[in-house]
Amino acid sequence: MRRVRDLLLQLVVPAGILVGWGLWSAQAQNFFFPPLTDILASFRDNWLFARVSSDVVPSLERMLAGYAIAVVAGTVFGLLIGSFRIVRWAAGPPVEFLRAIPPPVLIPFAILTFGIGPQFKVFVIAAGCVWPVLLNAIDGVRGIDPTLQETARVYRIPRLRQLFSVVLPAASPRIFAGMRTALSLALILMVISEMEASTNGIGFFILQSQRSFAIPDMWSGMLLLGLLGFTLNAGFVELERRLLRWHRGAQASALEAAA
Amino acid sequence: MILTADHVAKAYGNGLGATLAIKDLSFEVRDREFFCIVGPSGCGKTTLLKCISGLLQVTSGEVLLDGRRVTAPPEQMAVVFQEYGRSLFPWMRVDQNVRFPLQRKRLPRDKVESLVSDALAAVGLSDFARHYPWQLSGGMQQRVAIARALAYEPEILVMDEPFASVDAQTRADLEDLLLSVWKRFHVTILFVTHDIDEAVYMGDRILVLTPRPTVLEQMVAVDLPRPRDQIKTKELPEFAHLRALVYRSIKKAPTAP
Repeated sequence: MRRVRDLLLQLVVPAGILVGWGLWSAQAQNFFFPPLTDILASFRDNWLFARVSSDVVPSLERMLAGYAIAVVAGTVFGLLIGSFRIVRWAAGPPVEFLRAIPPPVLIPFAILTFGIGPQFKVFVIAAGCVWPVLLNAIDGVRGIDPTLQETARVYRIPRLRQLFSVVLPAASPRIFAGMRTALSLALILMVISEMEASTNGIGFFILQSQRSFAIPDMWSGMLLLGLLGFTLNAGFVELERRLLRWHRGAQASALEAAA
Repeated sequence: MILTADHVAKAYGNGLGATLAIKDLSFEVRDREFFCIVGPSGCGKTTLLKCISGLLQVTSGEVLLDGRRVTAPPEQMAVVFQEYGRSLFPWMRVDQNVRFPLQRKRLPRDKVESLVSDALAAVGLSDFARHYPWQLSGGMQQRVAIARALAYEPEILVMDEPFASVDAQTRADLEDLLLSVWKRFHVTILFVTHDIDEAVYMGDRILVLTPRPTVLEQMVAVDLPRPRDQIKTKELPEFAHLRALVYRSIKKAPTAP
């Protein structure tokens, strides 16, 4: 009963907001807040599915490419830095400095280096997303139970195999936490990078609409980004739920044992 | 298989800040013996075990396995830790945990599978092969760790207070289980415990340690008949006598300065 009520609440509140927004905007007569029905009509005209292949797909391609690079690089370097004390000491200051640089300021440099093609956007997205993955991977490796590693040593598991079969899975809950933060960063950086030196993409479309006073179009782009972010996050949570089922189970049983 | 500790000493840190955990220990574990080590809490039991298993380097002296000096975990040795919950890999199922150390050995696949299933059968967990460790009780998890050690086909099995974190009834069951697999798998067992009854009940010989800096207090031979039985063995006058002997030996051990 309670679950039904909670579920209903989760549906009713967004629906209420939409209805409220619709009613208010219908009579607002404000150029910058067009009627919701206009926004939805514009959404249908643009995103179902006229601009999907021209803007949405290129945007997502660049985002996923940058994100994938960040995840792989962050994990590889994180395992390396986390595993070896000497690497950790050497890499510490540069990592702290580089991650302090706000990723959008890399755009001017990236355009100079990579030109105005998709590469500079992928670079900016990867450069911004790598930090949460890297830092979490380092912490994940450092937090591995020493008994687990002693077990691997006692059974003479070769170093490389230890890395892939023990260290990586043991650190994976933390790596996933970093990946989740990085995913929302990727969407942000995707949009920002498209507002500079671009000819397509969702961010480009929103900026173009604003500059040509196509306000309902601008709103429809924002709506689309919200939906994309929501969907990506939901997909990620589901993936994590499946891959880290063991982690939740182990944690629950550890809590039970402690109680 | 003979394990020898020859004037083993282990200090942590160096210079003036060094603490001496083990001062000087020499003993020999015989082939297929059930060898127990007891001592007051805080004496270097775990340190000694880590030196023997090659996880720690000795400061002086040496540990020899069949005459060869131990500097890294030896091929013929398996270790069972006290914290079963932290030594099993939680992302692997029970059978995967048992199989994991075997993959390096380049055995034929059916040999690996028979080792895994024999080991799981020996500890009574055949029906739980596809479970995850955290789905099992503490005692069952420690049986998985024992099965993993047995499947590895060690000549010597080193156990660090393996039953210290399970309840009393489970503990008695695990002791009898271990005694049965010890015979069946023809393995030498080096068994560290802080429980005197357990040491007397299980062992052929008991090495009693002093507090830090640890030296050998006494070596006690346990000449109780085998097979041992939780009730019959423990009601023997000899059992009570040995138990008292070990107890006094630990009590009279001088406290650390």
